[in-house]
Amino acid sequence: MHAAAPVATAAPVGADTLAGSSPAVRQALDASHQVWLGPLRLDCGVELARFRVAYRTYGTLNVERSNAALVCHALTLDQFVADEHPVTGKPGWWDTLVGPGQPLDPARYFVICANVLGGCMGSTGPLDVDPATGKPYNLSFPVVTIADMVRAQAMLLDHLGIESLFCVVGGSMGGMQVLQWAAAYPKRVFAAIPIATAARHSAQNIAFNEIGRQAILADPGWHGGDYHAHGTLPARGLAVARMIAHITYLSEAALQRKFGRNLQDRTAVGFGFDADFQVESYLRHQGKSFVERFDADSYLYITRAMDYFDLAAEHGGNLANAFKGTPTRFCLMSFTSDWLFPTHESRTVVRALNAVAANVSFVEVETDKGHDAFLLDEPEMYRTLAGFLQGAANARGLKFPA
Amino acid sequence: MNARQRDKIRVDLQRIADMIEPDTRVLDVGCGDGALLAYLLREKGVDGRGMELSQAGVNACVAGGLSVVQGDADADLAHYPDGAFDFVVLSQTLQATRAPGEVLRQMLRVGKRAIVSFPNFAHWQVRASLMFGGRMPRTDALPFGWHDTPNIHLCSIDDFRAHCADTGVVVERALTLDRHGKPLGGPALSLANLFGAQGLFLLRQG
Repeated sequence: MHAAAPVATAAPVGADTLAGSSPAVRQALDASHQVWLGPLRLDCGVELARFRVAYRTYGTLNVERSNAALVCHALTLDQFVADEHPVTGKPGWWDTLVGPGQPLDPARYFVICANVLGGCMGSTGPLDVDPATGKPYNLSFPVVTIADMVRAQAMLLDHLGIESLFCVVGGSMGGMQVLQWAAAYPKRVFAAIPIATAARHSAQNIAFNEIGRQAILADPGWHGGDYHAHGTLPARGLAVARMIAHITYLSEAALQRKFGRNLQDRTAVGFGFDADFQVESYLRHQGKSFVERFDADSYLYITRAMDYFDLAAEHGGNLANAFKGTPTRFCLMSFTSDWLFPTHESRTVVRALNAVAANVSFVEVETDKGHDAFLLDEPEMYRTLAGFLQGAANARGLKFPA
Repeated sequence: MNARQRDKIRVDLQRIADMIEPDTRVLDVGCGDGALLAYLLREKGVDGRGMELSQAGVNACVAGGLSVVQGDADADLAHYPDGAFDFVVLSQTLQATRAPGEVLRQMLRVGKRAIVSFPNFAHWQVRASLMFGGRMPRTDALPFGWHDTPNIHLCSIDDFRAHCADTGVVVERALTLDRHGKPLGGPALSLANLFGAQGLFLLRQG
């Protein structure tokens, strides 16, 4: 096997692993708050009697309980939005948004970020033990939806005693949750910021997810989802899924700018199937490092949740119905080179919001960085977010310490 | 907008603001840098929204805390529901739309009242420029060359009045502004079409 290629490693099968919790999950839980909630009736009809939510908070809830900001994470991210990740050691994935001097400054806001239901950083997901059988759920975990994830978050807020959020913000799948929040709990959301997202997953996006899932399912280490019991991991399949997905997060221009046809550690092509090109080596690295932090079954479940998301379908086929009479202030944002959630997806939501005369702002940011731009250094994005948040804070009458 | 700029909106925008009642719902179509919206929010407590063609303008408005979407009057007014606003403002933009008649119709559908201002193509300077100079007019209100002007549907104040009469639109107020945006005083209404650099109309559907 090539050095840069993902390596299938047998997970140590200790008692804790049999209990359904991997070392990564334990590390994540040690660095998070956690709460058991329930029962929760899922869209698929199954009732989860109890489920755990792992979450991080930053800042302090004010006396009026009016300054809470919920950050919803994307497919493969988690609750560590603004501090070092306990598993990867990397800085918070959105510390450009949440942090001192940033638009969501913990000195002003009480910021909450929870691992989604079905996730693999501490919230209940396929890795966990099914109380009915005493064995890990794996593929017997019920299929969850974006709406289920949001219901779980709403129950977390009930637990925290927060009736109304100042804002809900998220990109990509996080943006789907923001839209779901605004549609399902309009009175609990003062301001909603769906970024680089859509009101439904497109055929092309479902197609890419399906390829990723098929790569996992085809890995002999997957064992019908019971890989921990077999002491294997579908590392190759998960890595391929990540490699495909990663391409969709970038843009042709960004790939060309970053890699072109540059060769990796060699002066000529090798007439073989090693990673001759830098872009190949880069993708192999992306796949390999992803496997170290993410669970394959969880990947199946969460991509499925995105595929099932169709806000209009839940409202008689008319997206505007999802937002009828909404009191929420919206700020949508898209990026010119994002081909996974292109600008027209945001525009569809803006039109639906205009159709109910909602308070809506929409900003398109010029960039060649593709879908991932929302996580990167895009000064225009943060400038407009800061302005929108300040305007919303004024409208809510939030007072901040000097 | 900082404190020093307060109360310093353009004179013609001030005239528009004067027509808008406090605590109403306002849509500013072609809101530019958001100067009028910011003023209305601050001074009149309106629930204000904006639509702007240029993305740079939109982003600046949103960064300033205003609720603004990218869009154009021709295509996007149609997405709003009937009677969603008390006032729909179209300042110095009507002449740049593809279908001004339809834009006006949509404004009066979406809003209970519409406020429209536009450069008067029958202003004496315009007339003189064409009549004596033989060249396409360039004035303060019409600063562009013939080849690069966005103004594709110019009209005179009398043209506009006639259009309103033809389409059953009631003119509640009409102001004639000079080239600085100041209202022309006196009983000069009959001469408005000759001396007014801009027309400013408060309209409702009859």
